[in-house]
Amino acid sequence: MESTPSHKAQIQQLRNQAADGAVPVQLQSSGDWTITGLKDVAEYLKKFAGTIHDVSIQWDVSDVGQVDSAGMMLFIRSYDALKANNCSIEVAGATSEHEKMYHLLRRYTHKSSLARPAFSSRFLNPLQTIGKKFVAFIVDFMEFLSFIGENFINLLYAIVNPRSIRFGAIVKNIEEAGVRAMPIVALTSFLIGVVIAYQGAVQLEKFGANIFIVDMIALSVSRELAPLITAIVVAGRTGSSYTAQLGVMKITEEIDAMRTMGFDPHRFLVLPRIMALMIALPLMIFFADIIGIGAGMLISHTHLHLSYAEFIHRLQKVLAVKHVWIGIFKGPFFAWLIAAVGCYRGFQVSKNTESIGRYTTISVVNAIFLVIACDALFSVIFTELGI
Amino acid sequence: MSNAIITVSDVVTRFGTNVVHDGINLSIRWGEIYGLLGGSGSGKSTLLKEMIMLLRPQAGDVRVLGQDLLTIGRDHAADLRHKWGVLFQAGALYSSLTVEENVAIKLREYTDLPVTLIRDIVRMKISMVGLPEQAAALYPAELSGGMVKRAALARALAMDPKLLFLDEPTSGLDPIGAEAFDNLILELREILGLTVVMVTHDLDSIWTIVDRFAVLGEQKVIAEGTLTEVLNNPHPIIRQFFGGSRGRIRRRDGK
Repeated sequence: MESTPSHKAQIQQLRNQAADGAVPVQLQSSGDWTITGLKDVAEYLKKFAGTIHDVSIQWDVSDVGQVDSAGMMLFIRSYDALKANNCSIEVAGATSEHEKMYHLLRRYTHKSSLARPAFSSRFLNPLQTIGKKFVAFIVDFMEFLSFIGENFINLLYAIVNPRSIRFGAIVKNIEEAGVRAMPIVALTSFLIGVVIAYQGAVQLEKFGANIFIVDMIALSVSRELAPLITAIVVAGRTGSSYTAQLGVMKITEEIDAMRTMGFDPHRFLVLPRIMALMIALPLMIFFADIIGIGAGMLISHTHLHLSYAEFIHRLQKVLAVKHVWIGIFKGPFFAWLIAAVGCYRGFQVSKNTESIGRYTTISVVNAIFLVIACDALFSVIFTELGI
Repeated sequence: MSNAIITVSDVVTRFGTNVVHDGINLSIRWGEIYGLLGGSGSGKSTLLKEMIMLLRPQAGDVRVLGQDLLTIGRDHAADLRHKWGVLFQAGALYSSLTVEENVAIKLREYTDLPVTLIRDIVRMKISMVGLPEQAAALYPAELSGGMVKRAALARALAMDPKLLFLDEPTSGLDPIGAEAFDNLILELREILGLTVVMVTHDLDSIWTIVDRFAVLGEQKVIAEGTLTEVLNNPHPIIRQFFGGSRGRIRRRDGK
């Protein structure tokens, strides 16, 4: 490297200011005003510009070596700050290099960017953010409604023209979202059955009411837990994959390509996914019922010494078919929420890859929230109806 | 070495059995705008990557600012990286940061300047490359192709580098935008005393802003020099390059 050893940027005030302000203040700066060594000078000048006003200043820069844009920017900023304090400034000893740099930066420095944001705007910023978020939420909700509307129209069209339904795509999606999800659904519902049985067993044993473990497991699993747990697993597994799949197609402009060829993405992509999940989820809930209750039976046998025959006999008595139907009945609703949100968020992905991750997360969070909210609504309705 | 900022000597590059460079020699002088030309696959971008330590040649010698890149130590390498700016072909702006944060990132990381000063410098650079002030708060995904190039240039210039590497700076720009970009680079070279190394296909850029250039082909440098020197070279690839209809139109117009 052939550059000269760099001198640190320096600045000092030569003569102390007399009280009446008759004598000009003399600043002298030296060294290389480059990006690496400006910290001290910047602090000095900030303090200096904050305390001095209504004087004339002579600024000698003849000893300054190299100046880069950071150094010149610092000079310009201090110069403007002093000017604003009603000081008159004379700069002496600038080389032509310095002047060239000065004029270049002046051309691209805007007055507005030098001003600090006013206190009021800093105070108002949080409010502004809240307002913006709220408007964004409303807009988002309206867009979701219009998405649902479009989807519904397509559904009606599909019902009127059954030939337009993509049965192949539906079957493929059922396999992907339903059949392949069975191991994880089986595992989760088995564990849920185990947990319920254990928790119940400890309490019921105290009263010697061991047999009632059957009521507890059968009703809670079939009515609430199997549908909810299955829906949450599916939301995490399938809802997210719907968003990611459609998001990638959006980024690679496949969806635009489909539109130009006259393939409605709703008919080809959204409807098969929603229908597939609405068919698969109720079946999966029934599957989860069996596994969950089976797990409860296993634990009752090992822990409460309830024989399998006793368990099944009791089960036939307490588990009316309507409870199973109520659980399964929720399935299509949950499925519709999960699939609709997943597809909707997929279409929202914009052109950068980062947004796939963001919208996938949003999609899963939304879907799980909506499933639980919907479940709460069903609980209230069924209780009020006395079912 | 006195007036060469970059020297490349006898560089050999292979990817597997595919020989890209077989004895490349060229030198780039202080303060010039140097072009690297060649057809697709001639190894221009590979050579550029070797100059900025993204790739390592199998043999030969690359010296940048007096440092030998093949034997350079960690500290010197870090030091060298502060002295250059690189503009990637697609911009390579960090998509999770706004334009302003993208431009500021090296200043924030490597200097101890006050935050307000950094903000002023960044705003000035953004305006210097011809972006409107509002663009500072936008994310890369919200920019047009030309704006991405400009923002990436602002980022490359953030630390006032001595040396600027441009990988196809005008590709994907409309002719007016490309010309404005060329003029911007000329102006910045004038004022900031930059040395610019650019990979380009753009014949207009070669005619208007490039001082000297090298044409790569057949794993070697076919020709190196100013435009008139290269045009007088009878090599068939050069004939093809400048003799095609695009090259001829430009030639008829003169410069």
